[in-house]
Amino acid sequence: MTATDARPTPDATGRTGGAGLEVRDLWKIFGPKADRIIGTPDAELSRADLKAKTGCVVGVKDVSFDVAPGEVFVVMGLSGSGKSTLVRCLTRLIEPTHGTVRIGDDEVTSCSESQLRELRRHQVSMVFQHFGLLPHKQVIDNVAYGLEVRGMSKKERRAKAGEVVDLVGLSGYETSYPDQLSGGMQQRVGLARALAGDPSMLLFDEPFSALDPLIRRDMQNEVIRLHREVGKTMVFITHDLAEALKLGDRIMILRDGEVVQVGTPDEVVGAPADDYVADFTSDVPRSHVLTLKWVMRPPRPDDSSEGPVMSSSTIVREAAQAALASDHPVRVVDDGELVGIVDDDAILRVVVAEQAPPSARQGSGERR
Amino acid sequence: MSTATDTTTPAVDTTPAASPEPEARSGPSRWVLVVAVVVGWVLLWLVVRGQDTLQLAGRERTDVMRWLGEFRDGVIASRDTNALVAFTGAVGEGIRTLFGELQQVFSLPAFPRPVPQIGWLGVVALATWAGTAVANLRIAVLVAVTFVSYGVLGYWEQGIDLLLVTGLSVAAVVVIGMPLAVAVGTSRRARAVITPVLDAMQTMPTFVYLLPVVLFFGIGVSSAIVCTLVYALPPLIRIGGYGISAVSTSAIEATDSTGQTSWQRLRKVQLPLARTTIVVGLNQSTMAALSMAIIASYVDGPGLGEPVLSALIRNDVGASLVPGLLIVLTAIMLDRATTAASERAELAARGRGLRGRARTVVLGVGGVVVLVCVYLSRTYLPLAAWPETSLGRDLADTLDSATDAVVGVLGGAGEALRNAISYGLLNPMQSLLAESPWWLAASALVLVSAALGGLRAVVPTVVFGTGILLLGLWHSTMLTLTMVLVATVLVMVIALVLGVWMARSRRVDLLLRPLLDAGQTIPAFCYLIPVLALFGFGRFAAIAAAIVYAAPAAIKLVADGVRAVPETTLEASRSTGTTSWQEITQVQLPMARGSLALAANQGLLYVLAMIVIGGLVGAQALGYDVVLGFSRSEEWGLGAAAGITIVLLGLMLDRVARAAADRTGGRVDARSRFTLPRRLSPTRT
Repeated sequence: MTATDARPTPDATGRTGGAGLEVRDLWKIFGPKADRIIGTPDAELSRADLKAKTGCVVGVKDVSFDVAPGEVFVVMGLSGSGKSTLVRCLTRLIEPTHGTVRIGDDEVTSCSESQLRELRRHQVSMVFQHFGLLPHKQVIDNVAYGLEVRGMSKKERRAKAGEVVDLVGLSGYETSYPDQLSGGMQQRVGLARALAGDPSMLLFDEPFSALDPLIRRDMQNEVIRLHREVGKTMVFITHDLAEALKLGDRIMILRDGEVVQVGTPDEVVGAPADDYVADFTSDVPRSHVLTLKWVMRPPRPDDSSEGPVMSSSTIVREAAQAALASDHPVRVVDDGELVGIVDDDAILRVVVAEQAPPSARQGSGERR
Repeated sequence: MSTATDTTTPAVDTTPAASPEPEARSGPSRWVLVVAVVVGWVLLWLVVRGQDTLQLAGRERTDVMRWLGEFRDGVIASRDTNALVAFTGAVGEGIRTLFGELQQVFSLPAFPRPVPQIGWLGVVALATWAGTAVANLRIAVLVAVTFVSYGVLGYWEQGIDLLLVTGLSVAAVVVIGMPLAVAVGTSRRARAVITPVLDAMQTMPTFVYLLPVVLFFGIGVSSAIVCTLVYALPPLIRIGGYGISAVSTSAIEATDSTGQTSWQRLRKVQLPLARTTIVVGLNQSTMAALSMAIIASYVDGPGLGEPVLSALIRNDVGASLVPGLLIVLTAIMLDRATTAASERAELAARGRGLRGRARTVVLGVGGVVVLVCVYLSRTYLPLAAWPETSLGRDLADTLDSATDAVVGVLGGAGEALRNAISYGLLNPMQSLLAESPWWLAASALVLVSAALGGLRAVVPTVVFGTGILLLGLWHSTMLTLTMVLVATVLVMVIALVLGVWMARSRRVDLLLRPLLDAGQTIPAFCYLIPVLALFGFGRFAAIAAAIVYAAPAAIKLVADGVRAVPETTLEASRSTGTTSWQEITQVQLPMARGSLALAANQGLLYVLAMIVIGGLVGAQALGYDVVLGFSRSEEWGLGAAAGITIVLLGLMLDRVARAAADRTGGRVDARSRFTLPRRLSPTRT
């Protein structure tokens, strides 16, 4: 289930300020003598059985994945799936039990204390669900905290933090204290603090879960905008599928600490790896996610050659109007080669009926 | 350090462990068993009373006491050979020298000058300025009033000395206590090691520290400061450590992710976020220091305790009133100043209040004024030495006649109360405990503790009881125990009545709570004065003082516990048509039993501490033996044996009370016993 098919950097600006991430065989087991479990038959037990047998709890179970520089990689799962533990293992805020993590050229898991500090200071920043702001410091000094820790002079770090405050839209609130701000604005401070050190990678741990829906949407758009502007590699933890689909270049789905599926949003929705994922994605408006690749049929010799031409990565909803307006079926062409045909029927099935493939409809319990 | 924070448990499987049910009570109730034991005891007592009471004849001393006396002589003799004794001796000498220097600056004539280096005007100006700097202008006024009162009333030297002892001790508390507080707050292992030590330190009655400290550090100010330091250390470590460990994990995690070192985490995150709590700890430590600095007058510690003590020994209430009042004023000043300082710290962090330039200007101008005052007080004699006034004597006379008037009015009632309790409760209990043969009393105590707390109570009773027996002060112990038990029962009666009343009536709460807060601020020693005036020399005065001293804490614990009963439960019970009495006895008190157990436990320890101090005002028994040990070197062995006996008695009572409380289902856990000072205690509004 390792996904090495990382897509090229998607941002149009071509800026690649990001570093890649490589995670191999990562384990985190909480409990006494946890390191002795890996490699034994006990490691194969389910979470509940292991707890009953050894008193240890598996947080992350044999996870491997890669993130390309500049990519937005979303880790999603329900609460207790180990996603927050996983993201903390990446910079060893929680010490992994086993496995390697590599960020850029640094192997995080074998770093010394001081190397790790350097890494946290310069390479990787994190945004937290509960903000983690310091109530006794003004906004500007909260933003500058990472720079202060590096030993930058007050004048210099305040100047730098001021730029970032502007970037996240907090101008005018520099001298406020965190508890004078709304939740959304506090998280902007958290975001600014993470950006201030100009890291090559940003980690987000359910940053918007504590915010109300409208603010959450604003903040998601903010992240998309920032990603376009600064092009950092991002690892984004969420339990909200819509958020995952909206932000992620690729999505990794975790359950009980294990990887269930890694793929692009349309892969996850179009070809769920198992019933768990299918169930998870069953409420998604499919036309917003699926591309023509998922609805086209193989071309036949008698197909009309006059229909509109589109690429296979066009989202169904965006293709719908042109396709329905034309009397001829859409011709799906990749690299000058005809790869498929999309009829009106195929489009309508997705847009109007929201008909899921039969496999995805089983057990359509309300999960979320 | 900054990486492995394995404490973050995964968000799975959070089913809370089923809370242990209190042991099912089967068979006859515990109280029936207790009564049965007592009845049997009384029947046997009728037959064998007066035999084997182990009462020591006048000058009779046991081998243990002689051995302790020899131990003391050995320590004194080894001053030049034993490194530890030499070290403590040197520390004591250092403290004496430092204190002497400070006295010459502030309170005593600095030879060849006829007055101290800085005269009163300079000292008052300095103190007022310091009050402005750490707190605010209102505090500065309070400070000025207090200092001027010292001088005008003729206790300048003692007042300043008391503040010097308290101040030096608190400074040492901060230097020693803050690193320990950080250790307790950041390391689970350090907490596991340090907490039991603090428990033991705080269970011990203050009085008991004095004897060994005097032996090692010498009599006078050196011992006073060391005792005060030891007594004042635990609150800062406990409360400060609690504050540091309670800093939100999300703030720590978020700042760790920026790559801070553990030193940066401590200095920039943990300490600033815990600042308010740490200052509360400092406030508690300061008040403890003041309280102990006064008690240290028993070992010739300088300060305002001295005139009070000598007046009490002479049974001269009038002479103790003015210095007693000044002690109260000092306590109020220190309490308000440290509280305001914590609030200022908060405001300053927020950038509110007088700040920045304005503050700098005020303090700068003030500083110049201070320098001028210091200069003037060094130049002009009237500004250096307080002019002789009759104000102090006049006030003393007024207070004395006022006291006489009050005693005249209340004396009759006081006498009636004393007689009622003495004849109704105290005398019968005393004859039962102290006139029983030791073997009868001992077995009865073991049986009673078994009935109350089961095996967990029996073991400490046997162990500590054996220790007491071996030390040879069984009879005195029984006398002290009688007073402690009677006083504790009375404290609990008062606490139940007033506590429930406060919990049920908002108005009563508003009226009483400030009084109780004030009562907890005043050093214990001061309670002896009014009590002595009202009840006269004797054991009842000590009991009354103990009740006054222990009641505020107990009342507040009961009130908070009863108030914490959920309103929904009360509504449910009211909807079934209960009377107020039924509501109190069937719902509120049973649900508050944890707080009641805690109140009884605290009350017991407070009462013991005060009864021992009351040895001085005629309570006799163990407290008196300790005093004797201070005052006559040939009785040191007796005093030390009495001191150890008090510790053992305290431990025994504490353990039995805790075991009994656990059985009731009301846990007395060490943290709630000590960490929550009055300003942190959970008060529901």
